[in-house]
Amino acid sequence: MKRIVYREWRLSPQRYWGLLAILAAIAGLGGLAFAYMEHEGHWVTGMSNQVVWGTPHVFAVFLIVAASGALNVASIASVFGKVPYKPLARLSGLLAVALLAGGLAVLVLDLGRPDRLIVAMTTYNFRSIFAWNVLLYTGFMAVVIAYLWTMAERKGNSYTKPVGFFAFVWRLMLTTGTGSIFGFIVARQAYDTAVLAPMFIAMSFAYGLAIFLLVLMFAFDQDDRPIGELVLFRLRNLLGVFLGAVLLFVLIYFLTKLYGAKNYGLVSFYLIDGGIYTKVFWLGWMLAGILIPLGILFHPALGKSRPAIAWASTLVILGGLCSMFVIIIGGQAYPMQLFPGKTILESGFYDGVGGAIAAYSPSLPEAFLGVGGVAVAMLITAVGIRVLQFLPESLADKDVDPHATATA
Amino acid sequence: MSNNREHVNRSRRHFIGTAAGVAAVTVAPGVVLHSLAIAEPRSEGVTDDVRWGMLIDSSKCADGCDACVTACNIENGLDLQQKPDGEVESKWDRQVAKWIRVVKVQDNLTERVSNLPMMCQHCEHPPCVDVCPTGASFRRADGIVLVDRHTCIGCRYCMMACPYKARSFIHEAVEVKLTRTPRGKGCVESCNLCVHRRDNGESSTACADACAAEGNNAIVFGDLKDPDGPVRKALAALPSRQIREDLALNTGVRYAGV
Repeated sequence: MKRIVYREWRLSPQRYWGLLAILAAIAGLGGLAFAYMEHEGHWVTGMSNQVVWGTPHVFAVFLIVAASGALNVASIASVFGKVPYKPLARLSGLLAVALLAGGLAVLVLDLGRPDRLIVAMTTYNFRSIFAWNVLLYTGFMAVVIAYLWTMAERKGNSYTKPVGFFAFVWRLMLTTGTGSIFGFIVARQAYDTAVLAPMFIAMSFAYGLAIFLLVLMFAFDQDDRPIGELVLFRLRNLLGVFLGAVLLFVLIYFLTKLYGAKNYGLVSFYLIDGGIYTKVFWLGWMLAGILIPLGILFHPALGKSRPAIAWASTLVILGGLCSMFVIIIGGQAYPMQLFPGKTILESGFYDGVGGAIAAYSPSLPEAFLGVGGVAVAMLITAVGIRVLQFLPESLADKDVDPHATATA
Repeated sequence: MSNNREHVNRSRRHFIGTAAGVAAVTVAPGVVLHSLAIAEPRSEGVTDDVRWGMLIDSSKCADGCDACVTACNIENGLDLQQKPDGEVESKWDRQVAKWIRVVKVQDNLTERVSNLPMMCQHCEHPPCVDVCPTGASFRRADGIVLVDRHTCIGCRYCMMACPYKARSFIHEAVEVKLTRTPRGKGCVESCNLCVHRRDNGESSTACADACAAEGNNAIVFGDLKDPDGPVRKALAALPSRQIREDLALNTGVRYAGV
């Protein structure tokens, strides 16, 4: 195999600074939204005492889940020893760190007391999965940065495999921890199930890879580096398999829930009569986020089209945001079963009167904060690939796999 | 020369005398307040010799009465919360903090209607305490579940985890508050069984007093560990249950007639 040559992103300064300016402007809007919410209080958002986690959490959890998934490409190269993935490993590590930073920024800036971040970093209740996640998230950053170092520095090359393995195990723990934030909530019917942990892992594989594919295709397209079919189609097939895995876990989730009579109402809320949540589940998550991308990726003609693959990745990302909306906000909007066998006629605190679902309308500041997190992640990535050698010169088939040239 | 020295000494004496006077006047109130402050034996921690709790008899909870809610609001300064300018009334009602609410339920089969107040159930194994990342949500030795407002970061995970939806987040800047119930934007709070009354050695809660004053006596407050106390006697006389008994949280608030 040829030696892989990595080069900084050679975009013309006008386009590069233009891109940075756009990303910085979006991140800045997120910052302004944070300042507004922090100054006024959360009354300016759509969140309430019924729906306590809103749009910022949709973006934050999506980014955190995608972060661990973005690392997969590197893991396939160094843990499972697949040669064609090796040139992609650096970008995979960088994206993982960038997405996590963006997600954490949103999560932290939505806190009621963001000024007390130091309390969260120094005072732990280890019965709380949240406390574990603080360590898992910060630890992930450190492990992946070390992993990147072993890849970039010749002296560290011999450590790539063990550190890569460690990072792989860590990312599995991280997504398990993120899924368990919801899985451990015994109070709410939509949660309270261990299947959410592996479901989040499957989602992380898919969402992280979709973002990776888009960033890779965009970055390579901008400075005319070639991506061969060998790499692209492998990643495409992998994305299809991951989407299938998500579908399987969604099926298991509903079959598990459906087996208990107490959950009939919940399943019907998600699948039949839950208003916006049912619509977003079917149209956003299932159709746009999984079925259409699967159709594109495995279509004999479309599956070979680069724009089609890019569109499929985009749909997976949008579907991913829809999945978080359905899980996080839908799960809270569905009323808690305080009195099984009884109907709540009146309540001073919106306890699902007559089975009513809790109201929630996302506000602009919330959306800006969430999108700001995405911009932060992309900003870190753009600067990273510009100033450091993250991108390989070429992913053309002959440069990735010597056997490809032999058969060509 | 000697005259001059005498003059200096006199002015120095005068200065020292004035300084001592000013110092005494400055320090004295602090000393007095300090001695007052340490006079109260509040430094003694609460013990698990008692476990505070309640029995709520919904058959006595009168339809249309919200005396407990009003009393709680006044006792804990919840009535002092102000709707921010520009906020929509209906949204504000979903955001304003409420520690206790009246719920009216109807049995699906028998159509029997009951009223009951719901609040923090002061569980022995509170899910809100389990999930709190910083340990701000905690359970006192005497069974009261509280939020430490110095370590609450406002993540709202406890609100996600509470099976009774008993907690409220402070969505707005707080202008006016009571000394006994500190409150601040961005923290979570809930019923604390009138913890200031417990610490002052009083025997009841605002909601129980208000219910009794209405003549309903639906709320009986007391020590769940005292076999001769009012709660245990009432529990012995009536069949009672815990809300969401399946979660086995061993709640401190029990209900009869639901």
